[in-house]
Amino acid sequence: MRKVLALLLVLAVGAGFCAVLAEIPFGEDKVDVANHYVNNGLKETGAANIVTSVVVTYRGFDTLGEVTILFIAAIGLGAVLFSEKKAGDKEKEEASLIVRTGSKLLFPFIILFGAYIFMHGHLTPGGGFQGGAVIASGFLLMYLAWPARVAGRKRFSVVESLAGLAFVAVGILGIIYGAGFLANFLPLGTRYALLSAGVIPIIYVAIGLKVGAEFAGMVGDLMGRE
Amino acid sequence: MIIIQAVLILVMLVAAVATSIFRDLISAVVTCAAVSLFASFLFYLLDAPDVAMAEAAIGAGLTTAIFVLAVRKTRRLEE
Repeated sequence: MRKVLALLLVLAVGAGFCAVLAEIPFGEDKVDVANHYVNNGLKETGAANIVTSVVVTYRGFDTLGEVTILFIAAIGLGAVLFSEKKAGDKEKEEASLIVRTGSKLLFPFIILFGAYIFMHGHLTPGGGFQGGAVIASGFLLMYLAWPARVAGRKRFSVVESLAGLAFVAVGILGIIYGAGFLANFLPLGTRYALLSAGVIPIIYVAIGLKVGAEFAGMVGDLMGRE
Repeated sequence: MIIIQAVLILVMLVAAVATSIFRDLISAVVTCAAVSLFASFLFYLLDAPDVAMAEAAIGAGLTTAIFVLAVRKTRRLEE
């Protein structure tokens, strides 16, 4: 009986989704807001990547909310897993030589790639969240190779807090300069140059460091404690 | 192009069903990562490289690691 009810519920939800999605034309521009972003994004924000101009400039406040959610999730995980006891010796076994050598050689390149993604967020695909996740995956690789040397939560917390403060500080500077919270107050610069698009690179570097430190800290919390 | 997309969606569906069927939670986590991986291919084919990168790095990479670590701290088999 319960299974039949569950199946009916799933079918009802599926039918609802189909009915709604059938109404939405796929790949056609119908929304004025979307047209505005596509046509004026580069001119208004100086960012060649329209996704970035939406995420950081037009919808900057939503991004602040997303970063806050991630922050709260990281704090919650840390609070649930908090214990002074370190992981037992069983978990401290080092990985094989191949894994250790491979991760040692790959680690700097993964970090470099992550930094590249978030520094070029306004020019190429990607941005703070993607770059931060790549950096955290580099730390994950190192943790898998050397489980005994999981870095302390403290260092990640410092980076995370400073980056979060930098994000909000840039937003408040926007108010002081009369542009509005999280609005651009710097010159847009040359199009397609690394130092262009006003505050977008600053905000994305802050988000990248924050997300990277948060995810790396989360994985470290899960690996380091028992 | 549409055939590649259809194949990707089929593989995603198979992996998603497998995720819900497997009793071994590690296998379920791996098939769940496969759903994310093929989803990121699909996003790339649909000209959404930003989303594809986020899906590959977070969905297929970090979430899988966090799930595996969580399963290791609890029970491996579902009752």
